[in-house]
Amino acid sequence: MSKDSKDGAYWEGEEALQRIRTMSDFTPQCRALGVEVVSIRDGAVRARVPYKPEIAGDPDTGVIAGGVITTFLDHVCGMATFIKLSEPTPIATIDLRIDYMRAAAPGRAVLAEAFCHKVGRNVAFVRAVAFEDEPSNPVAHATATFMVNPTAARKMGANLRERRK
Amino acid sequence: MSEERERLAAALARVPYAAFLGVRAELKGDELTLVMPFSEHLIGNPALPALHGGVVGALMELTALTQLAITSKSNTFPKTIDIGVDYLRSGRPKDTYARARVVKIGRRIANVQAEAWQSERSAPIAAMHGHFLLADEGDGGS
Repeated sequence: MSKDSKDGAYWEGEEALQRIRTMSDFTPQCRALGVEVVSIRDGAVRARVPYKPEIAGDPDTGVIAGGVITTFLDHVCGMATFIKLSEPTPIATIDLRIDYMRAAAPGRAVLAEAFCHKVGRNVAFVRAVAFEDEPSNPVAHATATFMVNPTAARKMGANLRERRK
Repeated sequence: MSEERERLAAALARVPYAAFLGVRAELKGDELTLVMPFSEHLIGNPALPALHGGVVGALMELTALTQLAITSKSNTFPKTIDIGVDYLRSGRPKDTYARARVVKIGRRIANVQAEAWQSERSAPIAAMHGHFLLADEGDGGS
């Protein structure tokens, strides 16, 4: 762990950036959306999804679809959790709540900043905000919980085998 | 009447993001099922492999919006106020289906629940509940 704060230790600097960039690079949905990791500052992860017409909700207005924000927030919350883990282990979303304050501005990229404020033995707690320019003018707020220690966990290829009843 | 519903399904087809996900609508009367065929770009964790949780949430949100537009006999999609998504089971690399149930429509706000499943309807991979702001019908609407 590189740094300690009252909210718990977290990775920071180049190493942390590399860790979460790798996480994004290996996630096909994030590659498809073109998610870019912008920065890590005081344990908060900031990322950006650039606008492209394929991810618009309304083809006439060019506003990014709400579902993109949902996916993006889920991912950024996951990255914020990742930098709080002592080892890179798989995490799984338990629940995700999003309040939409307003539509994103047409044709513009959306940023999100997420902060994992608590990691227990099993569960991590994260809050996040999506915006175009500043978190003080938010598009949406989110809270998420993640399972962080899936020991019964799922080995590679687990989803390819038939579940036993 | 069924022409309107078909028009709505066509409206969904116009939504670029729906095409990005590869979603299509199946309507039986006024009951809508959204089908999301499996595609590699929908994956979140490639080791398992598992569908991205956000994508499953987005699918349910789209289903809720579309079902609500049908049920409220509106020409435009409502706006999402808030959603809560519960992740129940890992999404496998296969087709995913979603349906929404309109719990209550008020004059301005609707409460909708949705579920997503794959092989077994009785074993959903995720559930969603949400509040939506109904489209303003403007002149002489409902």
